[in-house]
Amino acid sequence: MTGNADERGSPAPGAPEAAILAAQGISHVYENGSGLVRALDDVSLALPAESFVCLVGPSGCGKSTLLRILAGLIPPTAGQVLLDGQPILAPQRRIGVVFQQANLMPWRTVAENISLPLELAHVPPEEIRQRTEAMLDLVGLIGFARAYPAGLSGGMAQRVAIGRALIHDPEVLLLDEPFGALDALTREQMSGELLRIWARHRKTVFMVTHSIPEAVLLADRVLVMSPRPGQIIGDFAIPLPRPRSLALLHEPAFVALTEQLRRCIRSA
Amino acid sequence: MTHPTPTPGRASDALSRVAASPFRLARPRGTRLHLLLAPAFGVLLLAGWWLLAESGRYAAFIVPPPSSVAQRWWRLVEDGSLLRHTAVTLREVVSGLVIGVAAAFWLGYLIAKNRIAAYTLTPYLVALQAVPIVAIAPLLIIWFGAGIASKVIICALLVFFPMLVNTILGVRSIPTELRDLMRSLEATPLQTFWHLEMPAALPILIGGLKVSATLSVIGAVVGEFVSASAGLGYLINFGRGTYDTPLVIAAVFTLTALALLLYGLAAWLEAVLLDWQDAG
Ligand SMILES: Nc1ncnc2c1ncn2[C@@H]1O[C@H](COP(=O)(O)OP(=O)(O)O)[C@@H](O)[C@H]1O
Ligand SMILES: [Mg+2]
Repeated sequence: MTGNADERGSPAPGAPEAAILAAQGISHVYENGSGLVRALDDVSLALPAESFVCLVGPSGCGKSTLLRILAGLIPPTAGQVLLDGQPILAPQRRIGVVFQQANLMPWRTVAENISLPLELAHVPPEEIRQRTEAMLDLVGLIGFARAYPAGLSGGMAQRVAIGRALIHDPEVLLLDEPFGALDALTREQMSGELLRIWARHRKTVFMVTHSIPEAVLLADRVLVMSPRPGQIIGDFAIPLPRPRSLALLHEPAFVALTEQLRRCIRSA
Repeated sequence: MTHPTPTPGRASDALSRVAASPFRLARPRGTRLHLLLAPAFGVLLLAGWWLLAESGRYAAFIVPPPSSVAQRWWRLVEDGSLLRHTAVTLREVVSGLVIGVAAAFWLGYLIAKNRIAAYTLTPYLVALQAVPIVAIAPLLIIWFGAGIASKVIICALLVFFPMLVNTILGVRSIPTELRDLMRSLEATPLQTFWHLEMPAALPILIGGLKVSATLSVIGAVVGEFVSASAGLGYLINFGRGTYDTPLVIAAVFTLTALALLLYGLAAWLEAVLLDWQDAG
């Protein structure tokens, strides 16, 4: 309900000691052939443990850049990322990442794609088998364990990606427009699935999306980013009760929140 | 959604793709008569050859009839010389193939991964690629003798460049997101190699292997032409010197069979290792 449109300069919301992942004063500049691209300008945020935070903003404003910095995949030009209060300098197994494209290995079956993180961590084969089985069940792909990615629909492939990101039980999950490549119907259905999965595996989730209803449906908090160079220009708490379901999409409180967000983005 | 599998290497193997997808000819349902077309054409070619030889316009040592080639070939089989010469050539071809592919793979991997190596070596490799390897065969014989070593080196050099290019393309075509995935899972460089780079580059590597298999046969024959005391290339040269044309043709057919066999092995490897490509 707090729709304060300008919060930069003030300390990042959420008590810092409760935050599992935090960004402090992140700025990022890309160098390309013709010059410099300022992608992010002094972005700070804190993700309280087990919260679901969504980031919305116009395309090209630096959302993916911020997510990759949070994941430790690229070092920011300025500022730092703290995981449990410790600065991170490289990607961490404790932080799982899901990209816009499902990003599966086409030579591995569905089950083998899901079990990859466990294999890399040298988990014993029998335990891998059991946990993969359980994960296949959770993401609703039991019958497709032996299928290759080439034979999957976009929605199914993205379920595999989510299963793979969850199987090694990372504390933080970063999702970069995970349903961006899906058609509207599948997308809505996947949001519902994600709600269900998150209810069973409470994790700290940070998700980039360009769908406002999706953000409001899923998140405890929605952050709004300005056009490039990206800054956080809005921080909206979503006080809708949980458990939530797709039925929420038509309730007045929900519609009012999406309107509020839309206005904030347009004002940017 | 999955990434399109990298397949540029398969483009260099266009002939096998033509073979795999013949035109959709209208043909009567339920019959397999179309399968007889290719063998029938082969019989026709053989008959043409036979007619030409029997017409009496050319001496038998210029155009021998198929029957005398077959007889000559059978004699070679019987006295054991075919096996002996084929074994020599096969050893050169396979050793050269293994060495050339292995060297090209490691250098290609280094160049694909390391920018300093790429900047330092690429100009030389481009220049070297322009050297007609066949033309330096005599030089290699001078340096490494008329034995097997010089032939193996020629084979390896011929195989090297297509394999190098395929390796570089294969490793570079690996999507950044998959690399990021491996990094976010804290994969070690060795794990990244075995679980990502190797399988991702495999289709292109095997495409290179199919091309290389036939190139290696050419390398061995060229080496044997220049100087040798055994091998199918030597046999061809010997047959030419003694006007034993049936021997020349019999050796050429044997070489062709050898190249086809190696190609078939590579194609079989492809079918076994890359079954996931046809899963769609
Ligand atoms: N590797 C890169 N090199 C140069 N510029 C980049 C690179 N990645 C992204 N950019 C630029 O940075 C800006 C932000 O990109 P991105 O974070 O992907 O935005 P978003 O995810 O919000 O669409 C864009 O203008 C983009 O063109
Ligand atoms: Mg993006």
